[in-house]
Amino acid sequence: MNERISGSSHQAGASVAEAAAPDTNVPVAVRDLTKVYGTITAVDHISFKLKQGATVALLGGNGAGKTTTIAMLLGLVMPTSGEVRVFGADMSKNRGAVAYRLNFQSPYVDLPARLTVRQNLTVYAGLYGIANAAERIAYIAEDLHIEPLLDRPTGKLSAGQKTRVGLAKALLNAPELLLLDEPTASLDPDTADWIRRKLREYAETRGATLLLASHNMAEVERLADRVILLHQGRIIEDETPAALIATHGRDTLEQVFLDVVRGRGKHAPEAADRGAASARKAS
Amino acid sequence: MPPTGVRASLRRIRALVRRYIYLLRSSGVRLVELIYWPFLQMLTWGFLQRYLSETTSPLAQAAGVLIGSVLLWDILFRSKIGFSTTFIEEMWSRNLGNLLISPLRPYELVAALSAWSVIRLSVSMVPVAVAAYFFFGFNLLDLGLPLVAFFAVLVLTSWSLGLISAGVILRYGLGAEELAWSLAFLLLPLCCVYYPVSVLPDWLKPIALALPPTHVFEGMRSILLHNTFDAKELWWAMGLNAVYLVAGYVTFSRFLASARVNGTLLRLGE
Repeated sequence: MNERISGSSHQAGASVAEAAAPDTNVPVAVRDLTKVYGTITAVDHISFKLKQGATVALLGGNGAGKTTTIAMLLGLVMPTSGEVRVFGADMSKNRGAVAYRLNFQSPYVDLPARLTVRQNLTVYAGLYGIANAAERIAYIAEDLHIEPLLDRPTGKLSAGQKTRVGLAKALLNAPELLLLDEPTASLDPDTADWIRRKLREYAETRGATLLLASHNMAEVERLADRVILLHQGRIIEDETPAALIATHGRDTLEQVFLDVVRGRGKHAPEAADRGAASARKAS
Repeated sequence: MPPTGVRASLRRIRALVRRYIYLLRSSGVRLVELIYWPFLQMLTWGFLQRYLSETTSPLAQAAGVLIGSVLLWDILFRSKIGFSTTFIEEMWSRNLGNLLISPLRPYELVAALSAWSVIRLSVSMVPVAVAAYFFFGFNLLDLGLPLVAFFAVLVLTSWSLGLISAGVILRYGLGAEELAWSLAFLLLPLCCVYYPVSVLPDWLKPIALALPPTHVFEGMRSILLHNTFDAKELWWAMGLNAVYLVAGYVTFSRFLASARVNGTLLRLGE
């Protein structure tokens, strides 16, 4: 089932009426979002919305604009133009109003290495204003099988253990919106599979919205019910994984991905020219 | 309901200060290092003071001027370093991204860093001040009530410097880390730690007097050498501090905003 509400890189996406009265129930509403660094356009007029409970993957090659898009959703990077609303709040101006409703995990952001896992989680419980922090930490630790790690320094954990601890931090406030940047990067297949299962389980039981940036096609096929494919900062596809594979006449998402980044098949320049010519003929 | 209001804000500040306490507790070496450098400074200048007092210089015979200068300078320097290194620590540990996406507001981060700089300073300076009494008979408390005001002026100045350093590092990354270490030393010759303002050339005097710590060191010398104290000087220093503190916070906020625009926050820790 396609859970998408809307998605486009070339049109405004949301109506004027929607922009005037932001819906606080819509986890993410991105409108005409652009980010330019000097002469480089990292994100180019993208628009999309995420529905509550959806699991959506941002897919694209290196430099496609995935991380910049996520960073703008988190309020870490300011858009050059356009708008990002999370639960109705403009993330450029009012991030604090909704920060407690979302969280983020990435292997590229660490928790302080010298602190024990329990100390780190206690600090973040305080920052997110979690009542009964000790109980919540115990619950999460049991759920993510990190109880034996709680009193060990975070810096001395293996990559897989760190990922689980990072996930524990990300789930501490039971976020309604969870943003994940390559959640299973550098993990062995068994651990990666376990993490994916946990994420799926969390999204289902909490009714949370997940947005993940990933290079792992198997992960995207397994987790996402919608894929937003970015290329050179633009959204070029926005479909369910199955629909994407079908429209490209391919067998796997990986083949679709390779077509896109190598400019083959549907997204080849000559195919685009043919499309434009037939559109002119039709008109 | 979002956790808003003063109580929620205080809870977040407390959570962050707790993180710094955990960090200090995790390393005995850090704890020793906190006391080690100011202790060595105090010993060196204390022995120099003792040597000078045995010579003929009448000024040098005034008890404790050098040790007093060293201890007060260390309050400014250690507080500034406490603020800046704690901030840099967040970048080294690649944790700043986690903090900046949490409900923590930038002013709460600043408040936590400020509170922690005072706690860290106490851990560092109290044992050294006690040691100064036992080694050289210098009692910092002899400065009396003005000591509280001196302390406040120096700590507030250190926060202004810390805010500017943190802002620059946010904007330009860890490449600008050197600034965090060196900014306080810029004040060393200008705020007349070891000599009176009167020895400066005329053109430099207004600059020195525009710096709050200058009034502290002048005030300390006035108490120890002449047993007099001009409270007006301290009010002037406090006023200057208010201006510098606002300027420091505006600088920090602007650099943070600029880091968000330039995407520097994505590359922190590199």
